[in-house]
Amino acid sequence: MTCLPAKTDKKLGLAIDLDTCVGCNACVTACKGWNDQGYGAPLSDQNPYGADPSGTFLNRVHSYQVQPVDRAAITVNFPRSCLHCEAAPCVTVCPTGASYKRAEDGIVLVNEDACIGCGLCAWACPYGARELDAAAGVMKKCTLCVDRIYNENLPEEDREPACVRTCPTGARHFGDFADPDSKVSRLAAERGGFELMPEMGTKPVNRYLPPRKKDALDASPLAPLLDIKATGFAGWLDRMLGKI
Amino acid sequence: MHPAPSVLVFTVLSGLGFGALAFLAVFVHPYGWPAFALWGLGYGLAIAGLLASTFHLGHPERAWRAFSQWRTSWLSREGLAAVATLVLLAPVALSDWLGLGLPRAFAVPGAVLALATIATTSMIYAQLKTVPRWNHWTTPAQFFAFALAGGAMLTGQGVAPLLLALLALALLAHWHYGDRRFAEVGASMGSATGLGPLGRLSVFDPAHTAGNYLMREMIFVVGRKHAARLRVIALVFACLIPALILFLPAHPATTGAAVLAHLVGAFAARWLFFAEAEHVVGLYYGKRQ
Repeated sequence: MTCLPAKTDKKLGLAIDLDTCVGCNACVTACKGWNDQGYGAPLSDQNPYGADPSGTFLNRVHSYQVQPVDRAAITVNFPRSCLHCEAAPCVTVCPTGASYKRAEDGIVLVNEDACIGCGLCAWACPYGARELDAAAGVMKKCTLCVDRIYNENLPEEDREPACVRTCPTGARHFGDFADPDSKVSRLAAERGGFELMPEMGTKPVNRYLPPRKKDALDASPLAPLLDIKATGFAGWLDRMLGKI
Repeated sequence: MHPAPSVLVFTVLSGLGFGALAFLAVFVHPYGWPAFALWGLGYGLAIAGLLASTFHLGHPERAWRAFSQWRTSWLSREGLAAVATLVLLAPVALSDWLGLGLPRAFAVPGAVLALATIATTSMIYAQLKTVPRWNHWTTPAQFFAFALAGGAMLTGQGVAPLLLALLALALLAHWHYGDRRFAEVGASMGSATGLGPLGRLSVFDPAHTAGNYLMREMIFVVGRKHAARLRVIALVFACLIPALILFLPAHPATTGAAVLAHLVGAFAARWLFFAEAEHVVGLYYGKRQ
Protein backbone atom coordinates (compact mmCIF):
# COMPACT_ATOMS: atom_id res chain seq x y z
CA MET A 1 0.00 0.00 0.00
CA THR A 2 1.30 3.42 -0.84
CA CYS A 3 0.14 4.99 2.42
CA LEU A 4 3.21 6.00 4.38
CA PRO A 5 3.70 4.34 7.77
CA ALA A 6 2.72 6.72 10.60
CA LYS A 7 6.00 5.94 12.30
CA THR A 8 8.96 3.72 11.55
CA ASP A 9 10.74 1.84 14.33
CA LYS A 10 14.11 2.72 12.88
CA LYS A 11 15.21 5.45 10.49
CA LEU A 12 18.06 3.87 8.62
CA GLY A 13 20.01 6.24 6.46
CA LEU A 14 23.35 7.75 5.54
CA ALA A 15 25.39 10.62 6.86
CA ILE A 16 27.53 11.90 4.00
CA ASP A 17 30.55 13.99 4.87
CA LEU A 18 31.13 16.68 2.25
CA ASP A 19 34.36 17.64 3.99
CA THR A 20 36.11 14.31 3.47
CA CYS A 21 34.55 13.22 0.17
CA VAL A 22 37.24 13.42 -2.49
CA GLY A 23 34.91 12.72 -5.42
CA CYS A 24 36.64 9.48 -6.41
CA ASN A 25 33.35 7.83 -7.52
CA ALA A 26 34.25 4.57 -5.73
CA CYS A 27 30.77 4.62 -4.14
CA VAL A 28 29.18 4.96 -7.59
CA THR A 29 31.13 1.98 -8.88
CA ALA A 30 30.52 -0.15 -5.79
CA CYS A 31 26.80 0.63 -5.92
CA LYS A 32 26.58 -0.23 -9.58
CA GLY A 33 28.59 -3.41 -9.01
CA TRP A 34 26.50 -4.66 -6.09
CA ASN A 35 23.19 -3.80 -7.71
CA ASP A 36 24.08 -5.60 -10.91
CA GLN A 37 23.55 -8.85 -9.03
CA GLY A 38 21.05 -10.12 -6.51
CA TYR A 39 18.26 -7.69 -5.61
CA GLY A 40 15.89 -6.87 -8.47
CA ALA A 41 16.62 -6.14 -12.11
CA PRO A 42 20.31 -5.41 -12.77
CA LEU A 43 21.25 -1.79 -13.42
CA SER A 44 21.58 -1.78 -17.19
CA ASP A 45 23.76 0.24 -19.54
CA GLN A 46 22.83 1.29 -23.04
CA ASN A 47 25.57 1.56 -25.62
CA PRO A 48 28.25 1.65 -22.87
CA TYR A 49 31.23 1.63 -25.23
CA GLY A 50 29.62 3.65 -28.02
CA ALA A 51 29.44 7.32 -28.87
CA ASP A 52 26.39 8.03 -26.70
CA PRO A 53 26.61 5.87 -23.56
CA SER A 54 23.89 5.89 -20.95
CA GLY A 55 22.99 3.81 -17.94
CA THR A 56 21.11 3.46 -14.70
CA PHE A 57 22.84 4.52 -11.50
CA LEU A 58 21.49 4.84 -7.97
CA ASN A 59 24.23 7.16 -6.84
CA ARG A 60 25.89 10.02 -8.70
CA VAL A 61 28.69 12.31 -7.54
CA HIS A 62 28.44 15.96 -8.53
CA SER A 63 31.14 18.54 -8.01
CA TYR A 64 30.52 22.17 -7.16
CA GLN A 65 32.67 25.23 -6.76
CA VAL A 66 31.82 27.36 -3.75
CA GLN A 67 33.15 30.90 -3.71
CA PRO A 68 32.92 32.38 -0.21
CA VAL A 69 32.95 36.16 0.10
CA ASP A 70 36.15 36.46 2.11
CA ARG A 71 38.32 33.49 1.22
CA ALA A 72 39.52 31.26 -1.57
CA ALA A 73 37.11 29.12 -3.58
CA ILE A 74 36.66 25.48 -2.56
CA THR A 75 35.57 22.39 -4.46
CA VAL A 76 32.81 20.33 -2.85
CA ASN A 77 32.19 16.81 -4.09
CA PHE A 78 28.57 15.95 -3.65
CA PRO A 79 27.24 12.37 -3.80
CA ARG A 80 23.50 12.30 -4.54
CA SER A 81 21.28 9.29 -3.83
CA CYS A 82 17.95 8.41 -2.19
CA LEU A 83 17.44 10.14 1.17
CA HIS A 84 14.77 7.65 2.34
CA CYS A 85 12.42 10.51 3.23
CA GLU A 86 9.92 10.21 6.07
CA ALA A 87 7.29 11.97 3.95
CA ALA A 88 8.40 10.30 0.72
CA PRO A 89 6.34 11.81 -2.14
CA CYS A 90 7.55 9.05 -4.47
CA VAL A 91 5.63 6.48 -2.42
CA THR A 92 2.24 8.19 -2.22
CA VAL A 93 2.04 9.02 -5.94
CA CYS A 94 2.58 5.39 -7.00
CA PRO A 95 -0.61 4.09 -8.63
CA THR A 96 0.15 0.39 -8.20
CA GLY A 97 1.53 0.09 -4.68
CA ALA A 98 4.94 -0.91 -6.07
CA SER A 99 6.64 1.89 -4.12
CA TYR A 100 6.58 1.50 -0.37
CA LYS A 101 8.29 2.60 2.81
CA ARG A 102 9.08 -0.12 5.31
CA ALA A 103 7.55 0.39 8.75
CA GLU A 104 10.37 -1.51 10.48
CA ASP A 105 13.38 0.46 9.26
CA GLY A 106 12.11 3.26 7.03
CA ILE A 107 13.82 2.03 3.85
CA VAL A 108 11.99 3.11 0.68
CA LEU A 109 11.81 0.28 -1.83
CA VAL A 110 10.21 -0.65 -5.16
CA ASN A 111 8.46 -3.97 -5.70
CA GLU A 112 9.64 -4.38 -9.27
CA ASP A 113 7.04 -7.07 -10.06
CA ALA A 114 4.25 -4.53 -9.49
CA CYS A 115 5.96 -1.51 -11.12
CA ILE A 116 4.34 -0.42 -14.39
CA GLY A 117 7.19 1.98 -15.19
CA CYS A 118 5.00 5.09 -15.39
CA GLY A 119 7.79 7.27 -13.99
CA LEU A 120 5.55 9.40 -11.78
CA CYS A 121 7.60 8.59 -8.65
CA ALA A 122 10.73 9.91 -10.36
CA TRP A 123 8.84 13.11 -11.15
CA ALA A 124 7.74 13.41 -7.53
CA CYS A 125 11.28 13.08 -6.15
CA PRO A 126 13.11 16.43 -5.82
CA TYR A 127 16.50 14.74 -5.57
CA GLY A 128 16.65 12.73 -8.79
CA ALA A 129 17.04 9.58 -6.73
CA ARG A 130 15.01 7.35 -9.02
CA GLU A 131 15.93 6.27 -12.51
CA LEU A 132 13.79 4.15 -14.82
CA ASP A 133 15.86 1.27 -16.11
CA ALA A 134 15.72 1.37 -19.91
CA ALA A 135 16.22 -2.39 -20.26
CA ALA A 136 13.92 -3.66 -17.49
CA GLY A 137 11.25 -0.94 -17.80
CA VAL A 138 10.96 -0.66 -14.02
CA MET A 139 11.97 2.04 -11.56
CA LYS A 140 15.31 1.60 -9.80
CA LYS A 141 16.40 3.32 -6.63
CA CYS A 142 18.79 2.96 -3.71
CA THR A 143 17.75 0.04 -1.49
CA LEU A 144 20.21 1.04 1.22
CA CYS A 145 21.61 -2.39 0.29
CA VAL A 146 18.77 -4.12 2.08
CA ASP A 147 20.29 -7.36 0.78
CA ARG A 148 23.59 -6.65 2.57
CA ILE A 149 22.70 -5.01 5.86
CA TYR A 150 20.66 -7.98 7.17
CA ASN A 151 22.61 -10.64 5.28
CA GLU A 152 24.01 -13.14 7.74
CA ASN A 153 25.96 -14.89 5.00
CA LEU A 154 28.25 -11.88 4.86
CA PRO A 155 30.99 -11.18 7.42
CA GLU A 156 29.71 -8.65 9.94
CA GLU A 157 31.91 -5.82 8.68
CA ASP A 158 30.32 -6.16 5.25
CA ARG A 159 26.77 -5.73 6.54
CA GLU A 160 26.50 -2.12 5.47
CA PRO A 161 25.65 -0.49 2.14
CA ALA A 162 28.21 -1.13 -0.60
CA CYS A 163 28.89 2.61 -1.00
CA VAL A 164 29.69 2.96 2.71
CA ARG A 165 31.82 -0.17 2.80
CA THR A 166 33.90 0.92 -0.16
CA CYS A 167 34.45 4.61 0.58
CA PRO A 168 38.23 5.02 0.89
CA THR A 169 38.03 8.24 2.91
CA GLY A 170 35.29 7.20 5.30
CA ALA A 171 33.03 9.97 4.05
CA ARG A 172 29.89 7.82 4.17
CA HIS A 173 28.31 6.58 7.39
CA PHE A 174 25.37 4.22 7.79
CA GLY A 175 23.12 3.98 10.83
CA ASP A 176 19.83 4.59 12.59
CA PHE A 177 18.78 8.24 12.83
CA ALA A 178 15.93 7.30 15.19
CA ASP A 179 18.52 6.42 17.84
CA PRO A 180 20.00 9.68 19.18
CA ASP A 181 23.12 7.83 20.34
CA SER A 182 23.90 6.18 17.02
CA LYS A 183 27.08 7.13 15.22
CA VAL A 184 25.19 8.91 12.45
CA SER A 185 22.93 10.83 14.85
CA ARG A 186 25.93 12.02 16.85
CA LEU A 187 27.84 12.97 13.69
CA ALA A 188 24.87 14.94 12.39
CA ALA A 189 24.46 16.71 15.73
CA GLU A 190 28.17 17.54 16.16
CA ARG A 191 28.84 18.62 12.60
CA GLY A 192 25.59 20.46 11.87
CA GLY A 193 24.26 17.85 9.45
CA PHE A 194 21.61 19.31 7.17
CA GLU A 195 18.67 18.19 5.00
CA LEU A 196 18.50 18.81 1.26
CA MET A 197 15.69 21.04 -0.03
CA PRO A 198 13.69 21.18 3.22
CA GLU A 199 11.25 23.50 1.39
CA MET A 200 9.94 20.46 -0.50
CA GLY A 201 8.50 19.04 2.74
CA THR A 202 9.90 15.56 2.17
CA LYS A 203 11.56 15.21 5.60
CA PRO A 204 14.64 13.37 4.33
CA VAL A 205 16.38 10.95 6.72
CA ASN A 206 19.89 11.22 5.23
CA ARG A 207 22.04 14.05 6.50
CA TYR A 208 24.89 15.88 4.77
CA LEU A 209 27.80 17.11 6.87
CA PRO A 210 29.05 20.50 5.66
CA PRO A 211 32.67 21.16 4.64
CA ARG A 212 34.69 22.33 7.63
CA LYS A 213 35.77 25.95 7.64
CA LYS A 214 39.09 26.33 5.86
CA ASP A 215 41.95 28.46 7.14
CA ALA A 216 42.35 31.81 5.45
CA LEU A 217 45.80 33.16 4.70
CA ASP A 218 46.36 36.76 5.76
CA ALA A 219 47.62 37.69 2.32
CA SER A 220 49.42 36.14 -0.61
CA PRO A 221 52.70 34.44 0.45
CA LEU A 222 54.32 36.21 -2.49
CA ALA A 223 53.27 39.65 -1.28
CA PRO A 224 56.51 40.49 0.59
CA LEU A 225 58.52 39.79 -2.56
CA LEU A 226 56.71 42.51 -4.42
CA ASP A 227 58.38 45.21 -2.32
CA ILE A 228 61.94 44.05 -2.93
CA LYS A 229 64.10 46.69 -4.66
CA ALA A 230 66.53 45.16 -7.06
CA THR A 231 70.17 46.13 -6.59
CA GLY A 232 73.41 45.70 -8.56
CA PHE A 233 73.10 44.50 -12.14
CA ALA A 234 69.43 43.62 -11.74
CA GLY A 235 68.82 47.12 -10.37
CA TRP A 236 70.65 48.71 -13.30
CA LEU A 237 68.63 46.55 -15.72
CA ASP A 238 65.42 47.47 -13.93
CA ARG A 239 66.20 51.18 -14.25
CA MET A 240 67.30 50.93 -17.88
CA LEU A 241 64.28 48.91 -18.93
CA GLY A 242 62.03 51.35 -17.12
CA LYS A 243 63.41 54.20 -19.25
CA ILE A 244 62.80 52.57 -22.62
CA MET B 1 9.72 18.22 -18.42
CA HIS B 2 9.90 16.04 -21.49
CA PRO B 3 6.73 16.45 -23.59
CA ALA B 4 6.24 12.75 -24.43
CA PRO B 5 3.85 12.38 -27.41
CA SER B 6 1.87 9.66 -25.60
CA VAL B 7 1.19 11.94 -22.64
CA LEU B 8 0.26 14.89 -24.88
CA VAL B 9 -2.23 12.71 -26.75
CA PHE B 10 -3.55 11.28 -23.48
CA THR B 11 -4.22 14.61 -21.76
CA VAL B 12 -5.55 16.45 -24.81
CA LEU B 13 -7.83 13.75 -26.25
CA SER B 14 -9.15 12.32 -23.00
CA GLY B 15 -9.77 15.84 -21.68
CA LEU B 16 -11.83 16.65 -24.76
CA GLY B 17 -13.58 13.27 -24.61
CA PHE B 18 -14.62 13.49 -20.96
CA GLY B 19 -15.69 17.12 -21.45
CA ALA B 20 -17.92 16.00 -24.31
CA LEU B 21 -19.30 13.11 -22.24
CA ALA B 22 -20.21 15.48 -19.40
CA PHE B 23 -22.19 17.71 -21.78
CA LEU B 24 -23.83 14.76 -23.54
CA ALA B 25 -24.96 13.35 -20.22
CA VAL B 26 -26.64 16.48 -18.92
CA PHE B 27 -27.29 19.12 -21.56
CA VAL B 28 -27.65 17.29 -24.87
CA HIS B 29 -30.41 14.82 -25.50
CA PRO B 30 -29.66 13.37 -28.89
CA TYR B 31 -31.39 10.29 -30.24
CA GLY B 32 -30.89 7.81 -33.03
CA TRP B 33 -27.81 7.92 -35.20
CA PRO B 34 -26.78 11.48 -34.25
CA ALA B 35 -26.67 10.17 -30.66
CA PHE B 36 -24.55 7.24 -31.81
CA ALA B 37 -22.15 9.63 -33.56
CA LEU B 38 -21.86 12.07 -30.65
CA TRP B 39 -21.54 9.47 -27.90
CA GLY B 40 -19.21 7.50 -30.14
CA LEU B 41 -17.01 10.57 -30.56
CA GLY B 42 -16.95 11.21 -26.80
CA TYR B 43 -16.17 7.60 -25.99
CA GLY B 44 -13.67 7.33 -28.85
CA LEU B 45 -11.68 10.38 -27.73
CA ALA B 46 -11.71 9.36 -24.06
CA ILE B 47 -10.62 5.80 -24.79
CA ALA B 48 -8.02 6.83 -27.38
CA GLY B 49 -6.48 9.15 -24.80
CA LEU B 50 -6.45 6.48 -22.11
CA LEU B 51 -4.88 3.95 -24.47
CA ALA B 52 -2.23 6.48 -25.52
CA SER B 53 -1.26 6.92 -21.86
CA THR B 54 -0.30 3.24 -21.63
CA PHE B 55 2.29 3.72 -24.39
CA HIS B 56 4.65 5.53 -22.09
CA LEU B 57 4.62 2.75 -19.51
CA GLY B 58 7.58 0.42 -19.09
CA HIS B 59 5.14 -2.44 -18.43
CA PRO B 60 1.73 -1.69 -19.98
CA GLU B 61 0.59 -5.29 -19.36
CA ARG B 62 0.53 -4.47 -15.63
CA ALA B 63 -1.59 -1.33 -16.07
CA TRP B 64 -4.53 -2.98 -14.26
CA ARG B 65 -2.55 -2.66 -11.02
CA ALA B 66 -2.96 1.11 -11.26
CA PHE B 67 -6.57 0.83 -10.05
CA SER B 68 -5.48 -0.23 -6.57
CA GLN B 69 -3.95 2.80 -4.84
CA TRP B 70 -6.80 5.32 -4.92
CA ARG B 71 -6.21 6.19 -1.27
CA THR B 72 -3.03 8.15 -1.97
CA SER B 73 -2.39 8.28 -5.71
CA TRP B 74 -4.03 10.75 -8.10
CA LEU B 75 -2.94 8.61 -11.03
CA SER B 76 -4.77 5.64 -9.56
CA ARG B 77 -7.85 7.79 -8.88
CA GLU B 78 -7.70 9.02 -12.46
CA GLY B 79 -7.80 5.47 -13.80
CA LEU B 80 -10.72 4.51 -11.57
CA ALA B 81 -12.72 7.67 -12.29
CA ALA B 82 -12.18 7.27 -16.03
CA VAL B 83 -13.33 3.65 -16.13
CA ALA B 84 -16.27 4.34 -13.79
CA THR B 85 -17.40 7.21 -16.02
CA LEU B 86 -17.27 5.07 -19.14
CA VAL B 87 -19.20 2.26 -17.43
CA LEU B 88 -21.84 4.46 -15.82
CA LEU B 89 -22.60 6.43 -18.98
CA ALA B 90 -22.83 3.37 -21.23
CA PRO B 91 -26.55 2.68 -20.49
CA VAL B 92 -27.35 6.36 -21.10
CA ALA B 93 -25.53 6.31 -24.43
CA LEU B 94 -27.30 3.11 -25.47
CA SER B 95 -30.64 4.53 -24.42
CA ASP B 96 -30.06 7.69 -26.49
CA TRP B 97 -29.04 5.68 -29.53
CA LEU B 98 -31.78 3.07 -29.37
CA GLY B 99 -34.47 5.32 -27.89
CA LEU B 100 -34.93 3.25 -24.73
CA GLY B 101 -36.10 6.27 -22.77
CA LEU B 102 -33.90 5.86 -19.72
CA PRO B 103 -34.66 8.70 -17.23
CA ARG B 104 -32.05 11.48 -17.48
CA ALA B 105 -31.29 11.24 -13.76
CA PHE B 106 -29.30 8.09 -14.59
CA ALA B 107 -26.79 10.29 -16.41
CA VAL B 108 -25.99 12.54 -13.46
CA PRO B 109 -23.51 10.26 -11.61
CA GLY B 110 -21.67 9.65 -14.88
CA ALA B 111 -21.48 13.39 -15.58
CA VAL B 112 -20.12 14.06 -12.09
CA LEU B 113 -17.52 11.33 -12.56
CA ALA B 114 -16.54 12.76 -15.96
CA LEU B 115 -15.78 16.04 -14.18
CA ALA B 116 -13.96 14.09 -11.45
CA THR B 117 -11.84 12.41 -14.13
CA ILE B 118 -10.77 15.79 -15.49
CA ALA B 119 -9.94 16.92 -11.95
CA THR B 120 -7.88 13.82 -11.20
CA THR B 121 -5.96 14.11 -14.48
CA SER B 122 -5.01 17.67 -13.64
CA MET B 123 -4.02 16.70 -10.09
CA ILE B 124 -1.48 14.16 -11.38
CA TYR B 125 0.48 17.25 -12.42
CA ALA B 126 -0.72 19.86 -9.92
CA GLN B 127 0.27 17.69 -6.93
CA LEU B 128 3.98 17.72 -7.84
CA LYS B 129 5.83 20.15 -5.59
CA THR B 130 8.95 19.30 -7.55
CA VAL B 131 7.56 21.08 -10.63
CA PRO B 132 6.61 24.50 -9.26
CA ARG B 133 4.94 25.67 -12.49
CA TRP B 134 2.40 22.84 -12.24
CA ASN B 135 1.97 22.98 -8.47
CA HIS B 136 -0.63 25.77 -8.68
CA TRP B 137 -4.42 26.18 -9.02
CA THR B 138 -4.00 27.31 -12.62
CA THR B 139 -3.21 23.70 -13.62
CA PRO B 140 -6.68 22.30 -12.74
CA ALA B 141 -8.21 25.53 -14.06
CA GLN B 142 -6.52 25.02 -17.41
CA PHE B 143 -7.49 21.33 -17.65
CA PHE B 144 -11.13 22.07 -16.76
CA ALA B 145 -11.30 24.98 -19.19
CA PHE B 146 -9.92 22.83 -22.01
CA ALA B 147 -12.28 19.94 -21.30
CA LEU B 148 -15.39 22.07 -20.94
CA ALA B 149 -14.70 24.41 -23.86
CA GLY B 150 -13.79 21.50 -26.12
CA GLY B 151 -16.73 19.41 -24.94
CA ALA B 152 -19.19 22.28 -25.44
CA MET B 153 -17.90 22.88 -28.95
CA LEU B 154 -18.04 19.22 -29.90
CA THR B 155 -21.63 18.89 -28.70
CA GLY B 156 -22.75 22.17 -30.27
CA GLN B 157 -23.51 24.11 -27.08
CA GLY B 158 -24.26 27.83 -27.21
CA VAL B 159 -22.05 28.39 -24.20
CA ALA B 160 -18.93 27.34 -26.15
CA PRO B 161 -17.66 30.86 -27.06
CA LEU B 162 -17.93 31.91 -23.41
CA LEU B 163 -16.00 28.82 -22.32
CA LEU B 164 -13.36 29.53 -24.97
CA ALA B 165 -12.94 33.00 -23.49
CA LEU B 166 -12.54 31.43 -20.04
CA LEU B 167 -9.97 29.04 -21.49
CA ALA B 168 -7.98 31.99 -22.82
CA LEU B 169 -8.04 33.52 -19.33
CA ALA B 170 -7.02 30.20 -17.74
CA LEU B 171 -4.06 29.87 -20.13
CA LEU B 172 -2.97 33.47 -19.53
CA ALA B 173 -3.22 32.92 -15.76
CA HIS B 174 -1.19 29.69 -15.99
CA TRP B 175 1.57 31.46 -17.89
CA HIS B 176 1.45 34.59 -15.74
CA TYR B 177 1.72 32.77 -12.41
CA GLY B 178 3.80 29.93 -13.86
CA ASP B 179 6.63 32.26 -14.83
CA ARG B 180 7.00 33.27 -11.17
CA ARG B 181 6.41 29.93 -9.48
CA PHE B 182 9.97 28.60 -9.38
CA ALA B 183 11.29 31.69 -7.63
CA GLU B 184 8.26 31.69 -5.31
CA VAL B 185 8.92 28.13 -4.15
CA GLY B 186 12.46 29.16 -3.29
CA ALA B 187 14.37 26.06 -4.34
CA SER B 188 17.87 26.92 -5.53
CA MET B 189 21.20 25.25 -6.11
CA GLY B 190 21.97 26.47 -2.59
CA SER B 191 19.03 24.65 -1.00
CA ALA B 192 19.38 21.59 -3.25
CA THR B 193 22.97 21.04 -2.10
CA GLY B 194 22.66 22.76 1.27
CA LEU B 195 25.84 24.65 0.36
CA GLY B 196 24.09 27.98 -0.22
CA PRO B 197 25.18 29.55 3.10
CA LEU B 198 28.86 28.94 2.27
CA GLY B 199 29.09 31.18 -0.76
CA ARG B 200 28.38 31.56 -4.45
CA LEU B 201 27.81 28.17 -6.09
CA SER B 202 28.50 26.87 -9.56
CA VAL B 203 28.80 23.46 -11.19
CA PHE B 204 32.49 22.55 -11.24
CA ASP B 205 32.31 19.11 -12.78
CA PRO B 206 29.15 17.33 -13.94
CA ALA B 207 28.21 14.01 -12.32
CA HIS B 208 28.32 12.31 -15.69
CA THR B 209 29.50 13.30 -19.13
CA ALA B 210 26.64 11.73 -21.13
CA GLY B 211 22.89 12.10 -20.64
CA ASN B 212 20.82 9.99 -18.29
CA TYR B 213 17.15 9.27 -17.54
CA LEU B 214 16.84 12.31 -15.26
CA MET B 215 18.14 14.71 -17.86
CA ARG B 216 16.09 13.23 -20.70
CA GLU B 217 12.90 13.13 -18.64
CA MET B 218 13.07 16.20 -16.43
CA ILE B 219 15.58 18.65 -17.84
CA PHE B 220 13.98 19.49 -21.16
CA VAL B 221 15.38 22.70 -22.58
CA VAL B 222 14.72 22.41 -26.31
CA GLY B 223 12.30 24.92 -27.72
CA ARG B 224 11.85 27.17 -24.71
CA LYS B 225 13.19 30.02 -26.82
CA HIS B 226 10.05 29.79 -28.96
CA ALA B 227 7.79 29.85 -25.91
CA ALA B 228 6.40 33.35 -26.54
CA ARG B 229 5.49 32.53 -30.15
CA LEU B 230 3.95 29.19 -29.14
CA ARG B 231 1.82 30.91 -26.52
CA VAL B 232 0.36 33.17 -29.19
CA ILE B 233 -0.21 30.18 -31.50
CA ALA B 234 -1.93 28.30 -28.67
CA LEU B 235 -4.25 31.20 -27.86
CA VAL B 236 -5.11 31.92 -31.51
CA PHE B 237 -5.81 28.31 -32.46
CA ALA B 238 -7.32 27.00 -29.23
CA CYS B 239 -9.55 30.00 -28.48
CA LEU B 240 -9.74 32.77 -31.06
CA ILE B 241 -10.20 30.88 -34.35
CA PRO B 242 -12.78 28.39 -32.96
CA ALA B 243 -14.73 31.25 -31.36
CA LEU B 244 -14.84 33.10 -34.71
CA ILE B 245 -15.87 29.94 -36.59
CA LEU B 246 -18.66 29.33 -34.09
CA PHE B 247 -20.29 32.62 -35.09
CA LEU B 248 -20.90 31.12 -38.56
CA PRO B 249 -24.22 29.28 -39.05
CA ALA B 250 -24.22 25.97 -37.18
CA HIS B 251 -23.28 23.05 -39.39
CA PRO B 252 -21.30 19.84 -38.74
CA ALA B 253 -18.56 21.18 -41.03
CA THR B 254 -18.14 24.44 -39.07
CA THR B 255 -18.17 22.52 -35.78
CA GLY B 256 -15.55 20.15 -37.17
CA ALA B 257 -13.36 23.01 -38.35
CA ALA B 258 -13.66 24.76 -34.98
CA VAL B 259 -12.74 21.58 -33.08
CA LEU B 260 -9.78 20.85 -35.36
CA ALA B 261 -8.39 24.36 -34.94
CA HIS B 262 -8.97 24.03 -31.21
CA LEU B 263 -7.03 20.76 -31.14
CA VAL B 264 -4.04 22.35 -32.88
CA GLY B 265 -4.00 25.05 -30.21
CA ALA B 266 -4.58 22.51 -27.45
CA PHE B 267 -1.57 20.46 -28.55
CA ALA B 268 0.59 23.60 -28.72
CA ALA B 269 -0.55 24.64 -25.24
CA ARG B 270 -0.04 21.17 -23.79
CA TRP B 271 3.40 20.87 -25.39
CA LEU B 272 4.31 24.15 -23.68
CA PHE B 273 2.76 22.91 -20.42
CA PHE B 274 5.45 20.24 -20.36
CA ALA B 275 8.32 21.95 -22.15
CA GLU B 276 8.21 25.06 -19.96
CA ALA B 277 7.84 23.15 -16.69
CA GLU B 278 11.13 22.95 -14.83
CA HIS B 279 11.83 20.20 -12.30
CA VAL B 280 13.90 21.10 -9.25
CA VAL B 281 16.32 18.24 -9.99
CA GLY B 282 17.72 20.50 -12.73
CA LEU B 283 19.28 22.54 -9.92
CA TYR B 284 21.83 19.79 -9.28
CA TYR B 285 22.89 20.04 -12.91
CA GLY B 286 22.99 23.83 -13.02
CA LYS B 287 20.37 23.63 -15.74
CA ARG B 288 17.95 26.10 -14.24
CA GLN B 289 17.64 29.15 -16.48
